[in-house]
Amino acid sequence: MNYYIILYILGCVLKFESAFLLLPFIVGLLYHESAAYSYLVTAALCFLIGMLLSSKKPASKNLFIREGFVTVASSWMVMSIFGALPFVISGDIPSYVDALFETISGFTTTGSSILNDVEALSRTGLFWRSFTHWVGGMGVLVFIMAILPLMGGSTMNLMKAESTGPSISKLVPHVKDTAKILYGMYIALTLCEIAMLCLFKMPIYDALITTFGTVGTGGFGIYNSSIGGYSPQIQVIVTIFLVLSGINYTAYFYILSFKFKEAFQIEEVRWYFIIFFVSVGIITFNIRSIYSTFGESLRHAAFQVASIITTAGFATTDFDLWPQLSKTILVIIMIIGSCSGSTAGGMKISRVVMLMKTIRKELSLIVHPREVRKIRMDGHVLDHETLRNTNVFFVVYFVILLASTLLISIDNFDFTTNFTATVATLNNIGPGLAMVGPTRNFSIYSPFSKFVLMFNMLAGRLELFPIVVMLLPSTWKRK
Amino acid sequence: MNIIIVGCGKVGYTLVELLSSEDHNLVVIDEKPERVSRITDSMDAMGIVGNGINHQTLLAAGIETADLLIAVTGDDEKNLLCCVIAKKTGRCQTIARVRNPIYNEETEFLKKEFGIAMIINPDLAAATEIAKVFQFPSALRVDTFAKGRVELLHFRIGKDSPLLGMKLYNLNQTLHTSVLVCTAMRGDDVIIPNGNFEFHENDVISIASTRKNAIEFFRKIGTATHRVANAILAGGGAISYYLAKSLIAFGIHVTIIDIDPVRCDYLSEALPDATIICGDATDQNLLSQEGLEHAQGFAALTGLDEENILLSLYANEVSGARTVTKINRLNFTSIINNLNLGSIVYPRVITADYILKHVRSTSYSRNSNVEKLYKLANGRVEALEFIIKEDSAVAGIPLQNLNLRKNTLVCCIYRNNEVIIPTGQDMMLAGDSVLVVIYGYRIYDIQEILED
Repeated sequence: MNYYIILYILGCVLKFESAFLLLPFIVGLLYHESAAYSYLVTAALCFLIGMLLSSKKPASKNLFIREGFVTVASSWMVMSIFGALPFVISGDIPSYVDALFETISGFTTTGSSILNDVEALSRTGLFWRSFTHWVGGMGVLVFIMAILPLMGGSTMNLMKAESTGPSISKLVPHVKDTAKILYGMYIALTLCEIAMLCLFKMPIYDALITTFGTVGTGGFGIYNSSIGGYSPQIQVIVTIFLVLSGINYTAYFYILSFKFKEAFQIEEVRWYFIIFFVSVGIITFNIRSIYSTFGESLRHAAFQVASIITTAGFATTDFDLWPQLSKTILVIIMIIGSCSGSTAGGMKISRVVMLMKTIRKELSLIVHPREVRKIRMDGHVLDHETLRNTNVFFVVYFVILLASTLLISIDNFDFTTNFTATVATLNNIGPGLAMVGPTRNFSIYSPFSKFVLMFNMLAGRLELFPIVVMLLPSTWKRK
Repeated sequence: MNIIIVGCGKVGYTLVELLSSEDHNLVVIDEKPERVSRITDSMDAMGIVGNGINHQTLLAAGIETADLLIAVTGDDEKNLLCCVIAKKTGRCQTIARVRNPIYNEETEFLKKEFGIAMIINPDLAAATEIAKVFQFPSALRVDTFAKGRVELLHFRIGKDSPLLGMKLYNLNQTLHTSVLVCTAMRGDDVIIPNGNFEFHENDVISIASTRKNAIEFFRKIGTATHRVANAILAGGGAISYYLAKSLIAFGIHVTIIDIDPVRCDYLSEALPDATIICGDATDQNLLSQEGLEHAQGFAALTGLDEENILLSLYANEVSGARTVTKINRLNFTSIINNLNLGSIVYPRVITADYILKHVRSTSYSRNSNVEKLYKLANGRVEALEFIIKEDSAVAGIPLQNLNLRKNTLVCCIYRNNEVIIPTGQDMMLAGDSVLVVIYGYRIYDIQEILED
C-alpha cells in the first residue's frame, strides 16, 4: 500500500474543499449572515491541513486499483468530516453527528435530512448543504483530475472507483480530457437549468439550490414542502432536468460529437425511458382519484417517478399517502436507479439489465444444457469479469441492505420505516416511506443508526466496493 | 498528436510507455481484452477491443482524425492491410512492422505502392545494432550521426583502465586525443559530466568522436579496437540470419548453432558462407569444439532470455570474446545491467526507438526539426540531431557565451563534410548539423537548449 500517494491526494482534496467552502462564505457575506465566517474558518483549516499533506511529493507514484479505492473512499470521508464543521461552528446544526449525517447526505447526493425545520437554517448553511450535492454528483476526484496534472495513466483507477456503473471507459484517450469533458457537460446542464428556472421567475438563490439538487441528483431543498410550493411550470422544468440528469453522460458525448446513431443505440438509456414511462403510466392511473384533474395526477406522477428513479428525492406531494401499488413501484425504482455514468445512485439500470440477461442465459441452459450463449450489451459481448463483478455487486448490495436494516431495527421502528430508510440511503435517494417519508426526516434515529445510514450513503455513492474494501484488514497491510 | 497503435504485444506496450510521456492522444487496438486492459490500466491511453483491419473498429478509434497509425501486431499481412485501410480512410501516416524476410527486398516497393511511411523489421533492426558492436568491439553500443561520420560510443571502464581516477578536464591533454565525453552512467544515476567529473570503475561512458579518433582513443586506454575476425551466434532465428548476412559481407567468419535441423537446413541454403552447426548451444562440449575459447565475437540469440544470459556469462568466463546478449522481456533490467553480459540488445526497445525517432522527427515537422533521435542510458538521456537554421538564436555565438540549460551538451558540429568536436570557442553556424545531448527535459527545437 502506497500511503504517501494517498496522503498526497487527500491533501489535494482538502485544498479543493477549502476553495469550495469559499463559495458559501461569499453567499453568507451577500446575505449579511454571521454564519459566513464559520465557512472561512473551516476553509482556512482545510487549506492548512491540505498544504501539510501535499507538501511532499510522493516518491513512488504507483497507484494501483487498491490505492485507488482507498484514496477515493478516504477522500469522501475526509471531505465529509471537514464539510460538517461549519454547521456546528455556526450553530445551524449543534450536534456533530447530525452535521456529519447532513454533510454525507449532501456529498453522496442522497438528500436525507435530520432537520425538523429546514427553513430555520441560515441561507449560508442551506447553500453549502446543496452545493455539496453538486460537488458530489460528478465526484470531487474527477474534478481534481480535470484541473491538476496528476500522475499519468494510473489515475484511471481513481476514476474507476468514483464514477458510477459496472464498466468505466474513457471518452477520449486522456484521463484528464475525459474528466474535463464530463465536467463540461455537467456544468452546461447546470447552467441550462439555472437559466430555465430564472426564466420562469424563480429567485436566483432558489434556482441555484434547486439546480444543485437536480443535476447532482441530490434532493436537498430550502422549504419543508421541497418543490411543492413552486409553480407547476417550475415543477415540469425540474422533472425534465431530473430525467436528463439520469441519462448516461456517454450519450451526451455521442450527441455532441454528432454520433446520433450510437447515442440512441445505448440499450441502457432505452430501458431507462421504458421504465420511466411505464411507471409514470401505472402511477398516474393508480392515483387519479386523489387529484382533481388527470393533468395534475400526471404531473405529480411524472415528477415523483423522475425524482425517485434519478435518486434525487425531491417531492411535490406527500407520496406516502399514495396507494400501495404506487408506493411499491416507487420502492422498486429506488433500488433500480438510473443509468450508469450519470450522477444518480441506485443499482444502475445496466446492472439490472445484465442480471436479467444472466437469468435468461441460465434458464436457457436448463433447456439446452450444451448451449453456448454470450451475453451482450449494446451489441458487444460482455466479458466474464464484468458479469462476475455485477453478480457479486448484487449479492453485496443485498447483504448490506439486510444487515443495515437489521442493525437499525434496534431503534424499534416499524419495518416499512427501517427498510425504506436503508433503501433510501443505500441508493442515495433521500426520503423513504412511513416515518421517514417525504414530509418527515431521519432525526428520529439514534446516533448508532445514523452511523449505519451514513455508511450506507457512502457505500451507495461509491458503488459498494471502495467502501467495503476498507473493511478488509489485508487492504491496510504494507506490501 | 493523435496516434493509433494496433497490436498490444511487447512492442505495442513499449511504444505506449514511451509515447504516453510525450503528450500524445493514444488509442490502442487489440483483439484480446486482457492485453488492452493491461495497457489502459496502467497508462493514459484509450483501449478498443477489436481487429485493427476492421474498418468500423478503426473508425471507433478515430482514424479520421488520427495523425499516425502504427501497426505492430504479430502478423505482417494484417499490419500491411491495416495501414492500407487506414490510409484510405483517414489522412494519417502509417508505420507497419513487417517481419517476414520475404518482404525485405520489397520494402521500397511496399512503401511507395501502399503509401506506408515506414516499414520496420524488428529482427533486421536488432541485427544492425549488433553488427555495429562486432565491428567496433571496444564499445558496448554505437550510434551514428551525420550520415555515419560521427559516432557516439558507449563503453564501460574496466578495473585496470588508465582513466581510473582521472578528472575530465585532464582527459584530452593527458591522452592527446580529441573526444568529447557526453554522458556517464554510474549505477542508476545518469550524469552529463562537467570538467570536474572523475572516472570510476564500472562507469558507462559515452563519447562522441570520429571513427579515426575513437580508434586512437581506445588504443591509448588499452582496449582492443579491431573488428572481430570470427563470431559464434547461438540460436538461428531471424536476427541471427540478418546478422550473419551483414557480418559475412564484412568478411567476418560466422558460426551459427541451432538445435532445429529444419532451420539449419534453411540457414545452410540461405547462408552458403556461414558454418551451420546443428546442436544444442548450451552444450559446453559443443561450444568448445566450435572454438568458443578462441572466438572474438559471441552473440546469444536463442529464444530464451535465461539461456542467453547464461551463455553470455559462460562465454565471458572462458573466452575474451566480445559478447552480445539478446533479451526479449524487459523485467529485472537493473539486475541484468549489473551482470557481465557485454552488450544487451532488447529487440522491442530497438523497434520502439526506431518508431519513436520517426514519430518525433518526421511527423513532428510542423513544430520540430529533429533530424534524428537517440535514447541513451535506458532512455533517460536523449541525443538529438538538428540542422541550424539561418535565424536561429544559437547561431554564430561561441558556445562558452551561450546560456545553456542545465544538463545540456553540444556534442559535435558537422560542417562542410568536416566533424568538429567543439570546445568553448567553437560556434554553431547556419547549415551546420549539430548533435545535442540532453537529460531531464525535452526539446523540439535547438533554440530550446537556451535558458529562458
